[in-house]
Amino acid sequence: MSEGLILSDVTLAVAGITLIDRLSLSVAPGEVISLMGPSGSGKSSLIAYLCGALDRQFQASGTVTLDGVCIDRWPIERRRVGVLFQDDMLFAHMTVGENLAFAVARGVGRAERQARVAQALAEAELTGFTNRSPATLSGGQRARVALMRAMLAEPRALLLDEPFARLDPSLRLRIRDFTFAMIAARGVPALLVTHDAQDVPGQMLDLGQPNPRF
Amino acid sequence: MRNAVIVRKGNVLAPVPAVVFALMIGPILLGLFGTLLPAFGYHPALGATQWSLAAWWALFADPSFATALRITLVTGLGATLMALTIAIGAVAALHNSRAFVYLKLWLAPTLAFPFASFAVGFAFLAAPSGLIARILSPWLTGWQLPPDLLILGDPNGVALLVALTLKECLFLILMLVAAEGQSQGDAALRSAQTMGYVPTRAWLVVMLPQLYPQIRLPVYAVLAASLASVDIAIVLGPAAPPPLAPLTLDWYGQFNAGDQMKAAAASVLQVFLSIGVVALWWLGEHTVGYLFCGIISSGRRHGVIDQAIGWIGVIGAGAALVTATSAILVLLLWSLASSWTWPDALPQAISLSTWRESGATLAPLVGNTVVVAVATSVIATGAAVLVLEAGIGHPQRRQIGILYIPLLLPQISFLFGLQLLWNWLLLDGTLSAVIFTHFLFVLPYVLLVLSEPYRALDPRIAITARALGAGQIRTLMAVKLPLLMRPLAVAAAVGFAVSVGQYLPTVFAGAGRISTLATEAVALASGADRRLAGVVALTLTALPFAALLAALIAPGDRAGDRSASE
Amino acid sequence: MIDMTTLLTPTRRQALIGLSLAPLVLSACGQPTGAEIAANAPWDDVLSKARGQDVNWAAWAGDAKINAYIGWVSSEVRLRFGIALTHVKTNDTANTMHQLLVDKLSGRTDGGRTDLIWINGENFTAALDAGLLWGPFAQHLPHWSMVDTKGNPSILTDFTVPNNGYESPWGMAQLTFFYDSANGVSPPRTIAAFSEWAASHPGRFTYPAPPDFAGITFVKQALYAFITDRSILSKPVVKADFPRTTAALWAYFDALHPNLWRGGRAFPPDYPTLRQMLEDRETDIAFSFNPAEASTAVTSGLLPATTRAYILDGGTIQNTHFVAIPFNAAAKAAALVVANFLLSPEAQARKADPRLWGDPTVLDLHALAPVDRARFTDLPNTAQLPDAAALAHALAEPHPSWHVHLVEAWRARYAT
Repeated sequence: MSEGLILSDVTLAVAGITLIDRLSLSVAPGEVISLMGPSGSGKSSLIAYLCGALDRQFQASGTVTLDGVCIDRWPIERRRVGVLFQDDMLFAHMTVGENLAFAVARGVGRAERQARVAQALAEAELTGFTNRSPATLSGGQRARVALMRAMLAEPRALLLDEPFARLDPSLRLRIRDFTFAMIAARGVPALLVTHDAQDVPGQMLDLGQPNPRF
Repeated sequence: MRNAVIVRKGNVLAPVPAVVFALMIGPILLGLFGTLLPAFGYHPALGATQWSLAAWWALFADPSFATALRITLVTGLGATLMALTIAIGAVAALHNSRAFVYLKLWLAPTLAFPFASFAVGFAFLAAPSGLIARILSPWLTGWQLPPDLLILGDPNGVALLVALTLKECLFLILMLVAAEGQSQGDAALRSAQTMGYVPTRAWLVVMLPQLYPQIRLPVYAVLAASLASVDIAIVLGPAAPPPLAPLTLDWYGQFNAGDQMKAAAASVLQVFLSIGVVALWWLGEHTVGYLFCGIISSGRRHGVIDQAIGWIGVIGAGAALVTATSAILVLLLWSLASSWTWPDALPQAISLSTWRESGATLAPLVGNTVVVAVATSVIATGAAVLVLEAGIGHPQRRQIGILYIPLLLPQISFLFGLQLLWNWLLLDGTLSAVIFTHFLFVLPYVLLVLSEPYRALDPRIAITARALGAGQIRTLMAVKLPLLMRPLAVAAAVGFAVSVGQYLPTVFAGAGRISTLATEAVALASGADRRLAGVVALTLTALPFAALLAALIAPGDRAGDRSASE
Repeated sequence: MIDMTTLLTPTRRQALIGLSLAPLVLSACGQPTGAEIAANAPWDDVLSKARGQDVNWAAWAGDAKINAYIGWVSSEVRLRFGIALTHVKTNDTANTMHQLLVDKLSGRTDGGRTDLIWINGENFTAALDAGLLWGPFAQHLPHWSMVDTKGNPSILTDFTVPNNGYESPWGMAQLTFFYDSANGVSPPRTIAAFSEWAASHPGRFTYPAPPDFAGITFVKQALYAFITDRSILSKPVVKADFPRTTAALWAYFDALHPNLWRGGRAFPPDYPTLRQMLEDRETDIAFSFNPAEASTAVTSGLLPATTRAYILDGGTIQNTHFVAIPFNAAAKAAALVVANFLLSPEAQARKADPRLWGDPTVLDLHALAPVDRARFTDLPNTAQLPDAAALAHALAEPHPSWHVHLVEAWRARYAT
């Protein structure tokens, strides 16, 4: 029974200043909830918190539940929460195929792994790119590879930290639609952090006033 | 997210820094303790079992002590001050100019040149019977025989001070350049210049305050090394009395209770001396900083100070490079000479016989040197990676500060006690003991080289990898390290170079049984045969140079710049 | 040229032995102890026990020609006796002493890592007093009968302290002066003459600063010239009398120093630097312990062929250097065999060869068979050797306490 991603009373503070105050929300599988807010409102920190990479300087409280399991105390690699950043974060020393293969679970046999990679490339309309180096790809191609890589890890939730911000406006729409289609098709709850109201496909949450520090 | 991001849970490497520190600090503390006991009268083997302060009274009453102390303080502090001034001046005056690019290129080989060999070359250049005098005689000077001029080994240690200054300013220039590479100073500098500040002053006012904290530890290391230097002091310093460190070594060499305990007391004293002088320097920093604030906010665009410092820097750095290069060339000539007597400016005959004949004796030395250096640098690089990985997110500076301790303590103060520990473990005189002792001194340098690139690696890469399901170790091995290939190679090469040059640690841990090129170079530096000294010195320089070259050429450009470029 | 031809193969083997010994030490915690051997055991027993043993000989390695000689010894004992000899190169005997001290402290009475030590002087006395040496053994060596104990009393008393057979003699050292005769130098032949010579040739002579061994020996040599009653030198120093007995000595040095190299404000730190200064023509006269030093330096091209050596009128200080066996040596039998081999006419003659090392022999030539005697008389008499008759005129080392007091006094006066 998939319940999706549920945040309960999540509070984030650093140096005595509360960034996020008792945030509760629930994201259903396949749903995309957007978080908006100006710089410094804690959006990226929330992403870090949710995937398990929150900086030590922060204090956090509240609970995060994923598919009925509380994942607060779990290390990043156990949570099965995928992250996409502004920059594609493709590993420069690996080929496209190796990047994708990296995401496939450990126990999978070689033939099966290669098949999954090929299928992912096909879905992204990037067949034949297996041995290309990421540096040789265009921005849009890299964004697609990054998304497929995240999906190959079979995440149970997906966090997106302004993933379209670096793309050309002309590309943005296509990649956005592709991304949301993927999310809906795989039935993964997704949390999207963005500046741009146009990015928002569904529900939106405003994280409130900017922090006086900034 | 600007700050380094760490993983809350799942840091399997968390205990690593503590283990590494224990492995390093533990033996050092034991070593200090082993040296401390005889200083307070406890030397059972030589029949002294009463706790007493007799050793200290004997030390203070020794006729040479006061002068030795004075020479040590003057040369140590003086050389560091001068070297720092030259380094600051050179970088301030020359940065961004074309000359600076050449300077940086010229820097690399001169830094690989070991100190003891530099001292031998310098001695031959500067001596009244040396190269400069030979070139000028007798046609200019009219000297038929070398003049009786007190240049080297003068009772105040001036020659020693000059040599220390010249060699150390090059190291400090390197440190400044490295620190500058991390900062984004160019824009700030340009805006200062558009406000009318002359380039030198702009650098002093804008960059120096930012950069000094980053070179503070290297400066302290230079200070400690100058105070405790043994090998160069033997070649260039006075003999009656010598500075404190060689004097202590003399006492250690006399096998009777009185001298042994004096030596122990002197070793302990040198620890306090090191700490005291560094503290004094720290006070000095604050005083200078305070005065400097006034200068900075005075609004003066140019002045005497920056001109003076600039000139000192340029002339000093130039002199250092010329001297170092000449020293290498001189030793090269000596290695090829079959006979070279006064007043000839060039050898009378050239031959390769020294090289050929010393091949057999040098082979085991090179073997030892390389084995120890490779093992040490590999272990140190591995340890550094683990420490850095475990400590992501912790304030790094304090960590590195602790690991700098072996560089700040006078080597002689704990190496003797450490040798007792090795002896007790039946390990002294073994390669393992030498490797471990070298490791103590190599790790700080490796960390120094590696920590910035490590931290500069975009933390989101690691997060992405782990979010894809890879654990900490797998992320480290499959993602992070391949991206850091070039810095890793350079760090390992630096570790290799540092190990190759270690003298006292090899002598002590090796119980005088394991000879490396460095120990041989110092043994030959006292004048046995300059031809052989030349051969050894050149081999000793070639090794780290080759390592650094290999590291810089090695492929690794796919590990491009992944630092946050927003 | 550097005479290292004999170094090639033995050194490589030595190195491999040395390097492979290191892990052996680690894993085996010292060598297999085997049964102890008595010093006066029948020699055949000693030989058979020695076969297959490894001997670690800690010897100062600061001189290439000595290292070469030891390399030759190593290959010979392997061939003849099946002993694997490793030259443990030390910069300083004190290191070996420290190691033995710690061994004794930790109660390690066998399986020690050093089997033979090259030693003399106060190091020996201190080691003996601390119980670090094994013996007595020297008088049980077969070749002992050939040693010239009558002609060289310093063989039985190391620095006037009887050694009681705890060390076996190896070679002789005698203070020898040398200079380049092509420079028109007419060198002084007595200590007093040195003062005059220095006055007319200021800055052309000096000596290493004590506590360097060569330096303090020069001081002792000068002491001989100024002491009225030489017999007190073989006894311990009487502290109360010391200032009075040495007053003339210090007056001499006070007058000498301003005419020395660098006006006596700086001194070379050790003997190798002193010899280098002669090469560089910074000084005109140097001195050494090895009478053949000038000869071997000429052979290796460091000094010109016009170099000449001489002994001061009235004789110069002579001493013997020895090898000793540590209390916890693991290969005592093999160490005995090596010590005995070092006393063999063949080994002594090779050592005395001025082309190789030139260290004088401790053997009584008259006690040798004619064949063996010929080995010595056939040695080339190079022009750089001092006159043999003058060599015979030797002065004994003073009691060790003189050494300590002289060093202290010198430093109090000139090294402050």
